[in-house]
Amino acid sequence: MCQDCGCGDTNLVPLELQTRILARNDSTAEHNRQHFRERGIFTVNLMGSPGSGKTAVLEATARMFKNGRRLAAIAGDLATDNDAARLVRAGIRSCAIETGQACHLDAEMVHHELHHLDLEGVEFLFIENVGNLVCPAVYDLGQSVNVVALSVTEGEDKPLKYPTMFAKADLVLLTKLDLLPHLPNVDMTAIRNAIAKVMPDPHIIRMSAQDDAGVDGWVAWLRERRAAQVHEVVSA
Amino acid sequence: MHEYSIVQSLVDSVAAAVGTRTDAVVRSVRVSIGEVAGVDCGLLTTAYEVFRAGTLCENAAMTIDRIPARWECPLCGAAIPRGAVLQCPQCHEPAFMAAGDEIILQRVELEVA
Repeated sequence: MCQDCGCGDTNLVPLELQTRILARNDSTAEHNRQHFRERGIFTVNLMGSPGSGKTAVLEATARMFKNGRRLAAIAGDLATDNDAARLVRAGIRSCAIETGQACHLDAEMVHHELHHLDLEGVEFLFIENVGNLVCPAVYDLGQSVNVVALSVTEGEDKPLKYPTMFAKADLVLLTKLDLLPHLPNVDMTAIRNAIAKVMPDPHIIRMSAQDDAGVDGWVAWLRERRAAQVHEVVSA
Repeated sequence: MHEYSIVQSLVDSVAAAVGTRTDAVVRSVRVSIGEVAGVDCGLLTTAYEVFRAGTLCENAAMTIDRIPARWECPLCGAAIPRGAVLQCPQCHEPAFMAAGDEIILQRVELEVA
């Protein structure tokens, strides 16, 4: 009861919190991140629409690495382990996370999977997120970088429609470039302009997993960024 | 549709804040959601209404403060207009997000006997 005036009202006590609602996810993500960095593992959270070519990007990446032992992948899907199976066939040690109804991976799912994946000698870990341009961007997994695969068939204004994911991206892989001759109405400048309005420092690599065009640029970017991370950890 | 997981985390956050005050009833919950946080406020409200039954938020109305996105130049502090390229026209620096990615539990109100 109110002790001040005897009005009979109950007391309402406000608690000022200002806490991040996803604090628990973020702290697990930080734990994952530390684990990766200490082991010299550069981790890519690979996101994009269903069918944007995420798995094909990783297959092409595997072709560029002579020693597949340096690569590992975790593939998230609502159902099936088809992507993980494709990656294993491509020579990448992989495991699948079947999320059931969940439209994204979270840090806890990745953490759980780390106990089942041998990361000995691995330099690059790819976390292929659930195909979805919205939800995966919300959850930190402990990755070194966010990469978005956007295929040229998806429409020039896709970045404008899904700004969150691009705002958080370190790199956009513009995929399926080999299809361009069949897409007379696709304007590459319009895609670039759309990305520049939602991504503050737009890095874009054009590639085609079909004929491996541009894949060398992507692999060079990965190696450069990993070297910078290793340097940062050593200097710390 | 990750708003259900957000609500799950929200209820957990409220429980952590209430802590050992088991006699208290949570009467209201106020959250801030940034415009580009990737959370749909309509879906969040629906998810909250469905999910709160049987939790300690059962009797707590939720208010959402929508925070508009704000991009600024890290050097001169100039605001980047909505819909513009996210780079300072003067300094040519990539803009940074000064606001708009919040997913924050601001406050709860407890009714105590």
